[in-house]
Amino acid sequence: MSGVEGFMYPNEIELHWSVLIVLYPYITGLVAGAFILASLERVFNVEAVKPTYRLALLTALSFLLVAPLPLQLHLGHPERSPEMYFTPHSTSAMAMFGYVYLWYLMAVLVFEIWLDYRRDIVLLSQKTKGMTRWIYTIMTLGSSNISKRSLHIDERVGWVVTLVGIPSAFLLHGYVGFIFGSIKANPWWSSPLMPVVFIFSAMVSGIAGVMVIYMATTKLRGRKIDMRCVDTIAMYLFYTFIIDFSLEMLDLIHRIYEADESFRSLDFMVHSKLFFSQIVLQIGLGTLVPLILLGLTQVAKLPELARKRIYSFAGALTLIGIFAMRWNVVIGGQLFSKSFLGYTTYKMSLVTKEGLIVAVGLTLLPLGILWVLVKLLPPWPEDHATQGAAAD
Amino acid sequence: MNISRRQMLILLPAAAVAWKSVLAGTPESSPNYKMSEHWWSMLIDISKCIGCGNCVRACQTENDVPDGYFRTWVERYHVSDENMTNPEVISPDGGKEGFPEAKEDGGKYFYVPKLCNQCADSPCTQVCPVGATFVTPDGAVLVDQTYCLGCAYCVQACPYGCRYIHPQKKVVDKCTLCYHRITKGLTTACCEACPTGARQLADLKNPNDPIHAFLKTHSVQVLKPQMATGAKVFYNDLDGSVR
Repeated sequence: MSGVEGFMYPNEIELHWSVLIVLYPYITGLVAGAFILASLERVFNVEAVKPTYRLALLTALSFLLVAPLPLQLHLGHPERSPEMYFTPHSTSAMAMFGYVYLWYLMAVLVFEIWLDYRRDIVLLSQKTKGMTRWIYTIMTLGSSNISKRSLHIDERVGWVVTLVGIPSAFLLHGYVGFIFGSIKANPWWSSPLMPVVFIFSAMVSGIAGVMVIYMATTKLRGRKIDMRCVDTIAMYLFYTFIIDFSLEMLDLIHRIYEADESFRSLDFMVHSKLFFSQIVLQIGLGTLVPLILLGLTQVAKLPELARKRIYSFAGALTLIGIFAMRWNVVIGGQLFSKSFLGYTTYKMSLVTKEGLIVAVGLTLLPLGILWVLVKLLPPWPEDHATQGAAAD
Repeated sequence: MNISRRQMLILLPAAAVAWKSVLAGTPESSPNYKMSEHWWSMLIDISKCIGCGNCVRACQTENDVPDGYFRTWVERYHVSDENMTNPEVISPDGGKEGFPEAKEDGGKYFYVPKLCNQCADSPCTQVCPVGATFVTPDGAVLVDQTYCLGCAYCVQACPYGCRYIHPQKKVVDKCTLCYHRITKGLTTACCEACPTGARQLADLKNPNDPIHAFLKTHSVQVLKPQMATGAKVFYNDLDGSVR
């Protein structure tokens, strides 16, 4: 059969997890990373990143709302997916997805956003008219008390929610890594490092994502980019990236040095079918280039314009690199036979349920949701200040 | 026991939901069959397999297996003296129509029938998010296709490549060890069709089953023992190059 080299078990020729399953860890990673960036300001009092606090939260929510869609579209029987909630199988890593997702969505993200925006929502429900007024009134959930004491309680509760949210973000994405890392049948996936690598790569993608979105939206609005803010974000991105890359290299060196029975097969794959996505995109363009560029901004005193360009370029490359990493894990893990005697090819369709167009649509959908959320709940520091002044 | 009206109102819908699951999980009626008295496995004697493909065809007919997918298949190994760890393996259309003639170029040729290993500690059962795949008390690994989501996590978890997503039903499908036959006292379709007796259904709980004598007098092995899956398909004369 075309696309097969060597010997595959006959049922392995067709890949069972498509590009949609690549999107799933990519999107949840962006959520976890964006939230962790937001928590820097709230819990660790990193004042410099404050301009991105609310934007990071809304970004996390936009992506989180889309996260289950690729999974749902991938299922042979999506109408049966509620069974994962009603009759979860206790030994299955995947069975916990629904609970981890709901916990993160409702108990952490939505709750924190509501607490943080509550004063704004109450003020907007009083200022606006017509349909918009109704929307904001519903969003107050009947709580219109914005006295100093009440807002102080919001602040305290919000702090606790963020504190709970940090391990929850780690849980959300570490758990996604565990789904792959716990499959002993697949040597490409089976590794206790997988959840840790997933967590750090999530932080890298989320931080880069928020940085790029902040710079792009600020430019589009014709405002001045807060350089102190993006310098700090870029610094965090650089150091997180170093940890992430070190962990990935540790995994790689360990595999090369151990060279167990699967090594010859995996080594061949990296040199052939995954050469472009792994060596060129993930390691070269998606990791080394941004690391060198970001490192340069840490050691050299570059002018503002140069830094802005480097951050945009390095951020975009990072997002591509992390996507390539997810691709190499999910698709790469299915390209070789579990007999270690052959390789198959992934043929992505264009217009099917799991095709390229749907995948592109699902990648862009969170940006559309973010646009709506930003209109509804403006995250910009100047709006916040104006409304704050109005309330006082 | 006194049940209040309120308790009854809660219990009735719960019972209705449970009854659906009970019906879905109930095997085809076999009144005299007791699951607790059996522990099914299979014995495959590689030295007897001639690669005719009868077993693959019989399985396809018996279980309505779609073309291009396999509940069982046969592989032909060619192991050369110089490169024993890198065998040349083929399985054209799962060996359904037999194999091309072997070349006389040294080394050894042999056939390896494959099927679900009916693992006692099956990784596929472990990962199923809703428990649609399960191990029966008599040792078969089955799938409740009315419950399966079609997520393919079990396909990824099977070390032997025995599972596939049914192209029409959109749920997972695999060898059932012809559960509908063996619970009626019959053997599996593949065992019945094998002209050389290379495949033998075995009941490890039946003291009169010939497998006990065979296991005592032969060196048998399971596939990928390092996976610790509790595989119950035993191979006689299994070459070390087989994966």
